[in-house]
Amino acid sequence: MNFLEQIANNPGLTEALPKEFAATLQMISISGFFTVLIGLPLGVFLIASAPGGLRPMPVTHRILSDVVVNITRSVPFAILMVSLIPLARLITGTSIGPVAASVSLSIGSIPFFARIVETSLRDVATGKIDAALVMGSTRMQVIRKVLLPEALPGLIAGFTSTLVALVGYSAMAGIIGGGGLGRLAYNYGLQRFDTTVMVVIIVIIVAIVQLIQLAGDRAMARVDHRNAATAGAGRRRRRAPVPEVSA
Amino acid sequence: MITVTELRKSYRQGGRTIDALDGVSLEVPRGTIHGVIGHSGAGKSTLVRCLTLLDRPTSGSVSIDGRDLTSIKDSEVRSARRRIGMVFQHANLLDSRTAAGNVALPLELVRLSKSEKDAKVARLLGLVGLAEFADAYPSQLSGGQRQRVGIARALAADPTVLLCDEPTSALDPATTDEILDLIRDLADTLGLTVLIITHEMNVVKRICDSVSLLEKGRVVEQGPLREVAGSLNGRLVQALLPLPPHNPSGTGPVLDLLTAGGSGSGPVLSELSRRFSLDVTLLAGSVETLAGEQFSRMRVGLAPAAEDNAPAEPLELNEVVSHLRARGVTVEVAA
Repeated sequence: MNFLEQIANNPGLTEALPKEFAATLQMISISGFFTVLIGLPLGVFLIASAPGGLRPMPVTHRILSDVVVNITRSVPFAILMVSLIPLARLITGTSIGPVAASVSLSIGSIPFFARIVETSLRDVATGKIDAALVMGSTRMQVIRKVLLPEALPGLIAGFTSTLVALVGYSAMAGIIGGGGLGRLAYNYGLQRFDTTVMVVIIVIIVAIVQLIQLAGDRAMARVDHRNAATAGAGRRRRRAPVPEVSA
Repeated sequence: MITVTELRKSYRQGGRTIDALDGVSLEVPRGTIHGVIGHSGAGKSTLVRCLTLLDRPTSGSVSIDGRDLTSIKDSEVRSARRRIGMVFQHANLLDSRTAAGNVALPLELVRLSKSEKDAKVARLLGLVGLAEFADAYPSQLSGGQRQRVGIARALAADPTVLLCDEPTSALDPATTDEILDLIRDLADTLGLTVLIITHEMNVVKRICDSVSLLEKGRVVEQGPLREVAGSLNGRLVQALLPLPPHNPSGTGPVLDLLTAGGSGSGPVLSELSRRFSLDVTLLAGSVETLAGEQFSRMRVGLAPAAEDNAPAEPLELNEVVSHLRARGVTVEVAA
């Protein structure tokens, strides 16, 4: 009873929470959108340009894979965020707020997702690609009709992991200036020792992650026909191996 | 018709050049089935990859229905490939598509209306006996059914040539025979020219009209099945008409006999026994129907028959051999 009253009367929750909750969702959806928009083609390009790929381009592949993707991924996210503030200002006109934070969130997670795409596509058996080529497919048709549909369950599982990672990143982004639940938890929960706010926010973040994972698993089961038992109905759930998240 | 002339393919591997194909030539007349048999590492897979232009040969030429594939431009490769249907060892179906979806894939690459496409997919699935499995996913099908879908898919673009790369190597013996009979039927009804790559002699025995034995990138023996099975000196005859392990006979001479189809038919052995007063012992043998003809290969031991009171006459081996040859039997003196 006491706890519920505290929640109802806490201005950190009644006034700030809805706004910051919306900001968090905004950051996740904007950066999630651009992660797929850019990360998916990048991952496809990484696999196609690899030696022995559909269209080998060794030098371009080297540069993209070793330099761009690996360097971006190895810079700690907090530092990447701060160093990308000028870029965010250039693109969005501001350096604070969820929209500005989405710039660095996207840039942080695009290489991560591109690697997941690359790994999923590499798992598609080469025999299937050969079969499509022998039929007279163009490279683009091989990508559209074979590689992407065959890798779809893995891609969905990978996107789910990326979104979950983005929830974590967005909390960090909040502290640097992005706003959202992360900042709320930091300002109220940590700096004002307001445990109620902290607990409620943690519960909300856990719920968001659970929802994302649940939706991801559902979507994956729907498109996964690799297992005879689940091929038709797509009801039973199968958990995908979740790749490790680097912060 | 498939014509392969002096095909060579070399790879560079760690500074060394490896000749995967070292001058392979073969010809498959229209409507016939040719088997290429060899152990792993003989160059079979390289041959297939060169025939489909997944790999470009180093030299030599491949032509299909008189059109040289090796000289065409990269941009024309795709349309040339549509004339070739290909069946893979593991079918290589897309798990994300149903049986019908898999068969439809080659049809999606060319302009075709939806109703035309659906009708064709249904007809193809009917052709391979899977009409009622149109909506099943590959994971719900058995290995043999998957291979049938693979065959239907290979036929979707109305190819004149069917290449089969180890089409039955992943299947059990009964399913193997079903798939082979299906390929034979399709070749006969559709007038397809078929090239089958395999390491199983059973495939050659069951459906091939002619055969090439590939070894270390070279063809070491080649010809119509009845020719290679009809020669006692060839490499393939031991595989086509194997002699089981047997004990050597006593003291008398041993002959290898081979009869093919019409030649040497009739009671060869009992005639031999009566005419030359011989005891004929069958040491080993095998009888097979190859390319529709009956072949038998026998190893027999001969000894003069000791009759009741007369001493055995000395054996005139030369006369025996020439008698058998005159009867149309291929003869070799084994011991």
